[in-house]
Amino acid sequence: MMSKFPTYKEVPIAGNIYDPGKLVYKTGDWRTFKPVIDHEKCIKCYICWLYCPEPSIDRTKDGGVEINYEQCKGCGICAAECPVKCIEMVKG
Amino acid sequence: MGKIVGLNGDEAVAYAAKQSSVDVVAAYPITPQTIMVEKFNEFVADGDVHTEFVCVESEHSAMSASVGASLTGARVFTASASQGLALMHEILYLASSMRCPIVMGIANRALSAPINIFADHSDMMGSRDCGWIQVYTEDAQEAYDWIIQAFKIAEDPDILLPITVNLDGFTISHSTQDVNMLDDKDVKKFLPEKKIEYLLDPEKPMTVGAGNNPDYYYELKMQQVEAMNKVPQVVKRVNDEFKNFSGRKYGIVDTYEIKDAEVGVMALGSVTGTAISIAEEMRMAGNKVGVIKPWFYRPFPSNEILTSLKNLDVLAVIDRAISFGAPFGPLCNDIMALLQNEEIDLEVFNVITGLGGRDITPNMTRSIFEKALEVQKEKKVKKPIIYLGVRS
Repeated sequence: MMSKFPTYKEVPIAGNIYDPGKLVYKTGDWRTFKPVIDHEKCIKCYICWLYCPEPSIDRTKDGGVEINYEQCKGCGICAAECPVKCIEMVKG
Repeated sequence: MGKIVGLNGDEAVAYAAKQSSVDVVAAYPITPQTIMVEKFNEFVADGDVHTEFVCVESEHSAMSASVGASLTGARVFTASASQGLALMHEILYLASSMRCPIVMGIANRALSAPINIFADHSDMMGSRDCGWIQVYTEDAQEAYDWIIQAFKIAEDPDILLPITVNLDGFTISHSTQDVNMLDDKDVKKFLPEKKIEYLLDPEKPMTVGAGNNPDYYYELKMQQVEAMNKVPQVVKRVNDEFKNFSGRKYGIVDTYEIKDAEVGVMALGSVTGTAISIAEEMRMAGNKVGVIKPWFYRPFPSNEILTSLKNLDVLAVIDRAISFGAPFGPLCNDIMALLQNEEIDLEVFNVITGLGGRDITPNMTRSIFEKALEVQKEKKVKKPIIYLGVRS
């Protein structure tokens, strides 16, 4: 079961991650509810991006934001903090 | 070469740290360690060192700042004792598992309650399993020499583990002794300034200390086991190099007249000095006695200890700490575990003494040898643990 994981000789010393931001753990499946952004209503204030305790919200090239569903644990902080209430928590 | 100076143990440690070109010292004062960082602060105030001295508000912060500084690649020294070491406890594990080669001087002192500022080994033994290399010293000279060597051992790429250098509170920390100080240039040659590698570098961001679940945690602990196992070979190399310019010979374990000894006493720290002087005296009276003094407690020097005790009939193990509810004191527990699978005909008993700074006098030490000789005659240990010096 564990064979797909690296041995202790292969894991970087002290578990250092030399490529930060790259997901080692996919924590998206811990989630019960997921945030869904209504991009029509979004004012691109980045409050959600700022408040997200993980880097699970990315800023896109067009100036908007998107959720990284592979990582987002569904804590709901973004939905609670959004000043225009454009983030809804839905099952999944 | 070098010069002989009157220094107490704490000052000797401070001078050793100064000569070791330390980049950062983060520390909080606690008796009997205070002189180490107080003296070092004088060097900083006088401009004798390039060190950044971080005055923190607690030992918990001292160790946290030390870990942070070490992760930037700086050479870090700190010091503590007793309650201070206990307050550092959780961060000690971070230092070892994040592989920070910090060197810490510890002036060993009892733990509260009742509050007591004097020597015993309860503080270090309480953090025994924190993953740090642990060295115990007999006098100020050894404390000085081991601090300088400790940086070289800790920073070896095969090791990258923090080290504590332990000296008994007051008995060593506050007693002025002759210390043969090395020349600055010789120490610098042996231990050049640490190359700052900027492990944490804003230009090359990385994540350290990230959460690890059951699928990775064990592998990281195994890396620490492997590093700890490599310590003896690195120590040997460092000791040889140190001897070449200082003339002083160190190792994993020190012994006195152990080769043909039939009865031995083993201890950590300053009491070994008393034990050696009593052994000398008893040798002159025709008793075949010897002393085993492990310089290293972690990693436990199993091979060296087994070699030194293989010809003994009786071994008395002195512990200056209690492991409440355990079969023996901490050192004796390890000795018993070590002997478990060895076919050695050896009677062992444990002497717990010197708690809270109670003197372990020459007479008390002599009584330990005499008890061991008695056991040799009777070929049997009647009392596995002797609480020596307690009023009962």
